[in-house]
Amino acid sequence: MNLTIHVWRQKSREAKGGFVAYKAENISPDASFLEMLDVVNESLIEKGEESIHFEHDCREGICGSCGMMINGVAHGSRGKAMATCQLHMRHFKEGDEVWVEPWRARAFPIIKDLIVDRSGLDTIIQAGGFISVNTGSAPEANMIPIPKPVQELSMDAAACIQCGACVAQCPNGAAQLFTSAKVSHLGLLPQGQPERYERVVRMVEVMEEMFGSCTMFGECEAVCPKAISIDFIARMNRDFIAAKFKSQKEISVGV
Amino acid sequence: MTWVGNFYRSAIGKKAVMAVTGVILFGWIFLHMVGNLKLYLGPEHLNEYAHWLQTLGSPAVPNKGMLWISRIVLLVCVVFHIHSAVALTIVNRKARPVGYRDRDYLAATYAARTMRWGGVIILLFVIYHLLHLTTGQAHRDFIENDPYHNVVSGFQVWWVAAFYIIANLALGFHLFHGLWSMFNSLGLTHARFNPWRRNFATAFAIIITAANISFPLAVLTGIVR
Ligand code: HEM
Ligand code: FES
Repeated sequence: MNLTIHVWRQKSREAKGGFVAYKAENISPDASFLEMLDVVNESLIEKGEESIHFEHDCREGICGSCGMMINGVAHGSRGKAMATCQLHMRHFKEGDEVWVEPWRARAFPIIKDLIVDRSGLDTIIQAGGFISVNTGSAPEANMIPIPKPVQELSMDAAACIQCGACVAQCPNGAAQLFTSAKVSHLGLLPQGQPERYERVVRMVEVMEEMFGSCTMFGECEAVCPKAISIDFIARMNRDFIAAKFKSQKEISVGV
Repeated sequence: MTWVGNFYRSAIGKKAVMAVTGVILFGWIFLHMVGNLKLYLGPEHLNEYAHWLQTLGSPAVPNKGMLWISRIVLLVCVVFHIHSAVALTIVNRKARPVGYRDRDYLAATYAARTMRWGGVIILLFVIYHLLHLTTGQAHRDFIENDPYHNVVSGFQVWWVAAFYIIANLALGFHLFHGLWSMFNSLGLTHARFNPWRRNFATAFAIIITAANISFPLAVLTGIVR
């Protein structure tokens, strides 16, 4: 396949960026989008030009680093739960023009080309994404019984790979889906109960300092590579509202 | 009271306030629509109903007492509904200072994407509507305490009728998204009733819009005169 890709090039955080058109030639339809970029980069290196910088690691949809907007959709996924590394070139047509942009949000400054700084998401995790346990040897796995549906729901939320697609796709630049997944996967389990209300308040406060707010567009759910449901956002809202109706004492003892 | 301010300062708090004020406005608009259906029963019925609204609750409250209480409640709701909407819109604009060259929507409905402009149209309409049918300044042939006459002669002007129709379509879209979204804003999610949230919003958006639009249409076509 032969295509034209228009890629956002930006030398550094402060530099002014712009789109540059490249020819992607002799691309196998079985190649992933990242492999297509590899081919383009090789030709750039041969010509002595600087290669296109993009983030990648696992190349199998589990690390969450390969974020980019492809033709106006995060990961170019169009309703199928996948990351850019799982997007195959057969989804494009011969001669297509493809626009590739970095995630755009105030909280995600561009580091270089398609690489953005997603550490804002880490800041949210640091605010409350933990539980209190005694460290030491691993506890017996079945010590605390957890109903199967609860455990599965918690796992659905825990599937989040922190790629940032929800923020990138959200017209409001909101991190609600991400934060709600992190709040819920701990808040659903017995081990997460002691900090349940403190956690949601802290994480939401940090989230709101950096990101937009939710208007239930549903765009985040549509691009999430792990198909995490926006119902978790409602769950987070419920816990947050409940926490605000509790006294400081109730919150600190986790009831 | 500090916790109220604290709560409202957060974006999730604002969304909850938006949902609660929205649901009050929705309840009111539903009753308003049901009351207006009396247009089809004839002048006596509609006017009698209007009179009943004015004397509602008397003698416990003075005449128009209930009317004024509900007006104040509605005004407070409108103020908070709009304030939270404007404040959150500003936050959201700031969250993405540089936009995309190209962006595509996968899930966001037309209704969801027009909430802000739709809200502005509804607000302008409400102001016009009050001047038109409540106080009469915007009405060519206003007769105090004869709402039937005021509605019919008002809608006989085609562009007035057209504006009512357009504004109520905007209201329909607003409700279509808002009545669904409010469940999430208030954290009301449950596997068993989740599918019904969409049906609820769709049904009430259609019922309210269809009935409201039928009034100007009925006058324009001469069914009600
Ligand atoms: C075709 C649709 C509508 C018709 C025929 C209609 C008719 C009326 C009439 C006749 C009155 C005045 C009653 C009186 O004082 O004698 C009224 C009042 C009012 N209407 Fe509507 N209306 C419609 C739609 C709407 C909509 C969509 C809204 C707002 C979203 C709205 C908001 C109001 C308000 C706020 C009042 C004033 C209530 C008060 O007296 O404080 N109306 N309407
Ligand atoms: S490279 Fe790891 S998710 Fe795509």
